Amino acid sequence: MSGRSVATDADNAETHDVTVTVNGTPYRRKVEARLLLSDFLRHDLTLAGTHVGCEHGACGACTVIFDGAAVRSCLMFAAQADGHAVMTVEGLAPDREHLHPLQEAMRECHGLQCGYCTPGILMTMKAFLDETPQPDEAQIREALSGNLCRCTGYQHIIEAMALAAERLRK
Amino acid sequence: MATRNFGAPIRRNEDKRLLTGQALFVDDVELPGMVHAAFLRSNVAHAAIRSIDVAAARARDGVVAVYTAADLGAYWAPGPLLVPPPPIAGSIFNQRTQVPLAKDKVRHVGEPLAVVLAQSRYLAEDALADIVVELDPLPAVVDLEAALADDSTRVHEDVRGNLAALVRQTRGNYAAARARADHVIGRRFHYDHGASSPIETRGIVANWDARADQLTVWDTTQAPVFLRNGLAAMLGLSERQVRVIAPFVGGGFGPKIMLFYPEEVVIPWAARKLNRPIKWIEDRLEHFFATTQERGQTHDAEIALTHDGRILGIKDTFLHDTGAYNPYGLTVPINSQCTLLGPYVVPSYDSTFTAVFTNKPIVTPYRGAGRQHGVFVMERLLDIAARELKLDRAEIRRRNFIPPDAFPYNNEIIYQDFAPLSYDSGNYGPVLDKALDMIGYERFLAEEQPRLRAQGRHVGIGIACYVEGTGIGPYEGAKVQVQANGKVSLATGIGTQGQGHFTSFAQIVADQLGVEVTDVDVVTGDTDQFYWGAGTFASRGAVVAGNAVNEAAKVVRQKILKLAAEHFECAEEDLEIANGRVSVVGVPGQAVSLGALALKANPMRGAVRPGTEPGLESTQYFGPPGGATASGAHAMIVEIDPQTFTLHVRKYVVVHDCGTVINPLILAGQIHGGVAQGIGNAFYEQLVFDDNGQLLNASLADYLVPTALEVPHIEVGHTVTPSPLNPLGIKGAGEAGAIPVGPLFAQAIEDALGLPQRNIELNEIPLSPNRLFELTTKSR
Repeated sequence: MSGRSVATDADNAETHDVTVTVNGTPYRRKVEARLLLSDFLRHDLTLAGTHVGCEHGACGACTVIFDGAAVRSCLMFAAQADGHAVMTVEGLAPDREHLHPLQEAMRECHGLQCGYCTPGILMTMKAFLDETPQPDEAQIREALSGNLCRCTGYQHIIEAMALAAERLRK
Repeated sequence: MATRNFGAPIRRNEDKRLLTGQALFVDDVELPGMVHAAFLRSNVAHAAIRSIDVAAARARDGVVAVYTAADLGAYWAPGPLLVPPPPIAGSIFNQRTQVPLAKDKVRHVGEPLAVVLAQSRYLAEDALADIVVELDPLPAVVDLEAALADDSTRVHEDVRGNLAALVRQTRGNYAAARARADHVIGRRFHYDHGASSPIETRGIVANWDARADQLTVWDTTQAPVFLRNGLAAMLGLSERQVRVIAPFVGGGFGPKIMLFYPEEVVIPWAARKLNRPIKWIEDRLEHFFATTQERGQTHDAEIALTHDGRILGIKDTFLHDTGAYNPYGLTVPINSQCTLLGPYVVPSYDSTFTAVFTNKPIVTPYRGAGRQHGVFVMERLLDIAARELKLDRAEIRRRNFIPPDAFPYNNEIIYQDFAPLSYDSGNYGPVLDKALDMIGYERFLAEEQPRLRAQGRHVGIGIACYVEGTGIGPYEGAKVQVQANGKVSLATGIGTQGQGHFTSFAQIVADQLGVEVTDVDVVTGDTDQFYWGAGTFASRGAVVAGNAVNEAAKVVRQKILKLAAEHFECAEEDLEIANGRVSVVGVPGQAVSLGALALKANPMRGAVRPGTEPGLESTQYFGPPGGATASGAHAMIVEIDPQTFTLHVRKYVVVHDCGTVINPLILAGQIHGGVAQGIGNAFYEQLVFDDNGQLLNASLADYLVPTALEVPHIEVGHTVTPSPLNPLGIKGAGEAGAIPVGPLFAQAIEDALGLPQRNIELNEIPLSPNRLFELTTKSR
C-alpha cells in the first residue's frame, strides 16, 4: 500500500504546461498530469456550464466540442487539450442578448427541465447538426442516445432538434 | 382575474440561464480557501468495526483534517425520524435511523466510516487509500423472508427478526366478502423499484462566516427549510444563524428530500470547526449506495369477485425492504397499501405489511414512492380476473370505477399524510374512454393485431388505470413584492429541481398583477428569502405553493388598487391593472406604473395613516384540508422480437386528469419524464444485489437508464376535474407518468407473446429480455 502511494505521489507531482483555446480565448495553465479536462474547464477556467454526471463516460453531461468533434471531457486529461480548440456551452450563444438556434429551439419546445444534462446535449447536437443538417427523427434519436436525461423523456428535445435543424438550414 | 397566462404553454423563465451555462448548481459554488471532502465508505454490507487508523492520511501533504465517528464526540447521533408513523391502531414501528459516521458496526455497503478534508478532491481521494480499516464481516441480511426468521442475523442487534414495522389496515369484512364471492384469485407478485439516478448527484458546500456568526449551506436538497431547522438544532445555533440555499438542482425525484444524509451532518460541522468552506460532491459510484433508493416488495394478494367481475374485496399481505435504516418512516409501504385501491370500489380490504431491515442502502421515496407497487398488484389482479371471467380488460376496469357522483370518496383507511384516504374529486370513465380511443383499442384488437399476427409478428396491447394522491399538506407560503423598477419578486420556501416553478408561479402572479411573466422574478429554496415551508415532494409544489402564490398575489393586487385609488382620487372599481400599469378606465393618460406605486408605498418622509404597512407586498400561506387525487390511464401497443425479446413500443398514450392546468407544456414534460422513468423501471433498470449485499451493477454503464432509443413518442391527453380543495382547482402531476408503467408492460407483453394461452403470467417487475427468456422457456 505504501509503495503504491509513493508512486501515485510521484505521478501527481508531474505537471504539464497546457495552451488551449476555449470558446476562442487562449489560456495557458500548468496542470497536474491526472487533472481531468472536465475539472480543468469547470474549476481552473471557471467555465462551470460543463456539467459532470458520472465521470465514466456514460451520461454525456460533460460533452464539449474538441476540434469540431463532440467528446466527453470526463474521459480526457486536461494535458491532452494542449494545442487544441475546445468549445463549451458558454461559447454557443453569439452574445449576451441572443441565444444560438439550438438553445432557442430548446426553450421553445420545453426541451429541458432541471437543465443539468442540457449543456452536454447542446454540444452533442451542435456537432451532430454540423455534420447532419437534415436529420430525420431516427437519426436525432441515435445521435442523442449517448446523452442521458432523467427529466424529459427526450420527446421535447427531439422536437427541439428538428426545429433547430430546420432553422439552421435557412 | 384575467387568464391570459394561466393555462397557456408559456416558455420558461429559467431556461436562458440553464441553456447558457449560467445557472448555479451546488458544484459551481467556488469560495476562497475552500477544502474538499471525500468519504471512506464500507465496502462490505455488514461488519463489526475493529479499528480505523487515519494517522497516515492525516500526515499526507495537502490533507487538512480526517475525522471518524470518535472525533464527532457528543455531536454524533442517529438522524431524526423524518416522517413519524401514521396513527394506525396496533401498528409496530421500530425506529432505527442512519448515523453520520459508522461507529462499532457498518450496516450497508457505502456507509461512511471517515471523512478526509484536503486541498483538492484528488488529494482527498488519495488520502482515503491511506486509511487502514479492520472489519470483522458478518453475514449479510439480504432476503426478506429469511430476514424475518427469529434466528436470522440482525441488522440491528436489538431488533429480533429484523422487523422494522408491521401495519394492518382493513375496511369492511374481507372474510365475509370472500365467503360470498363467485370467484377468488390469489397470486404472488414481486415489484422492484430502482435508483432515481438524477444526472446531478448529491452535493453540499458549507461555509462558516465567523464574523457574521452565520453558517451558509448550498445543498442539493428538496427541503431547504427543514435542512436549515435541523442543522440549527444539531449545531446549537438559532435558525437565523443558518442559511440554506438549494440553488438549481439537477433532478430530485424523491431521494433529495431525504435528510439528514451523513454528509449533511458532517460537512457543516467540519466547516465550523475548521472555519473554512468545504465542498463535497457525490460521485456516481457513491450515488448507488449513499443516496437512498427504492426497492422490492413481495405481495401475496387475493381478490374476491362476483361472476360479472365486480370486486367484493381484496386481501394483501406484503413484505417491504426498508434497507439498513428507516428514517422516512412508513411513507413508501403506506403508499403501496393505499394506492393499490386505485380508482375502484373495493368494499372490503384487508392489507398487512411487514417492513424488513436488510443490509442494503436505505429506502425512501423515489417518484411514485411505493404507489407503483400497489398499482401493479391491483392491475395485475384485474387482468387475471378479466381472463378467468372472460371479460374485456377495459370493461372489468370500467365496471369497478368509483362513480362520478360518489365524491368525495372515503376509502376508510389512513394515508401517508395521517388523514383518511379520501378522494376529493374524479371522473374515471372519460379518462379510460379517451385512452382507449387514442390508442385505437377496439380497432387494434379486431383488425390490426390479427393482421400482424398473421404476418408472424408479436404485437400486444395494454391498458392500466391509477390514481395518485397529490398536493398533501401541511402548507407552503409565498411572498410577492412589487419592486421599484416595476418588476415583481416572488419568493417561496420550496426548492425546485426542474419542475418549472420559475414560470408556473410567475404565470399566476402575472395574471393577478397585470405584468409580463418575464417580469416576475421567482426565488425558490433560499431560507433567507423565504423562511417557512415543507418542501418539494409528493407532487405538491404546484398545488400547495401555487395556491399560496395566488393568495399573496391577490392581496398585493388589492393593495395596488387601494393605493392607486388614493392616487387618482377615484373608486377602485374604476381602475384596471394591465401592462405593468394601473389606469383609470375610460380616461386616457390617467395611468401610473406599478414601480411608481411601489415607491409611493414606501415614503421617505412625512406621516402615514396609523396601521399603514409599507410596500406593495404580501406573504400568504396555503394549507389544503387534504390531498388532491389525480387519476389517469396509460395505454400501449408493443411489439416483441420472439428470438431476442427486445421490445419496441409502437404507440404510447397517457390520459391524465390533474384538475386545472397551469402550463400544459410543463405538464407534458412532467408526464413524458415520468413515463421514461416508468419504462426504465419496467424493463431496463434493476439494482442487482448478491447474497453478500453487494450491488453488482453500480455504474450507469450497467444500470440501464433509458436513452432516446428506448423512450417512445408519448401522446398525452387530458380531462379536467378540478380539485375542490384549493381555489385554483389544481392537482399534482409529478409522479403520474411513472406510476402505472409496470403493469402496462406486463399486460402488453403477455398479450404480444400470447402468454395467457400458455398459462404464463408476468407477475413481477422489472422485466427484461433475459427475464422474459427465462420466464417463457422455463414453462415451455
